Amino acid sequence: MVGQKICVVVISGTLERLQAAAMVASVAAVSGQEVLVFLSMNALPHFVKGATAEAPHEGPMGDLIIAKKVPEFKMLFEQAIELGGARLYPCSMAMDVLEVGSEQLEDYLEEATGLTRLLTEVQDGQVWTF
Amino acid sequence: MTERKIVDGKGSFCPGPLMELIVALKHSQIGDELEVLSTDKGSANDIPEWVRRVGHDYVSTTENDGVWHIVVRKTK
Repeated sequence: MVGQKICVVVISGTLERLQAAAMVASVAAVSGQEVLVFLSMNALPHFVKGATAEAPHEGPMGDLIIAKKVPEFKMLFEQAIELGGARLYPCSMAMDVLEVGSEQLEDYLEEATGLTRLLTEVQDGQVWTF
Repeated sequence: MTERKIVDGKGSFCPGPLMELIVALKHSQIGDELEVLSTDKGSANDIPEWVRRVGHDYVSTTENDGVWHIVVRKTK
């Protein structure tokens, strides 16, 4: 159903899960759905400025993603924002543990967000967890 | 005057060709046709679904030597 809000919760730092999360977020966003992405745990370090789209992978698909011309997950998240208005929120707890401030994260991320706000935002939408 | 533009997504994988189509749609006029070239069969299946979902016109899909040609008309 076009228009339904979805929240993509990304806690894994592995390539396959980051890739799948970025695919869901980008296609949903460009299909007219309101998309929120919550980046926490091992996912967040990939969004510190200077971090590349390199990530440890879980299995053979990760090797193939790297070897073939699959769109990089960070590029897909940026397209979700630019083409579909998605919003990416860094987890405030993960930022505290990592000891990074907003200025050290990619400029396209929104403000630090905690679980209370996240739960409020997603109460009328779907939640996808990676 | 409407025109047909080629969107070359050959060699990329889902959702790469779709994203390239969306960028091209933003720079097109209503009534223009866009022909996406894709070597990714998943995109050949998924792009028509996206087109119907968001309300553009899906014109046709053909396959030639492993390249899918998906034609879309911009309606809004």
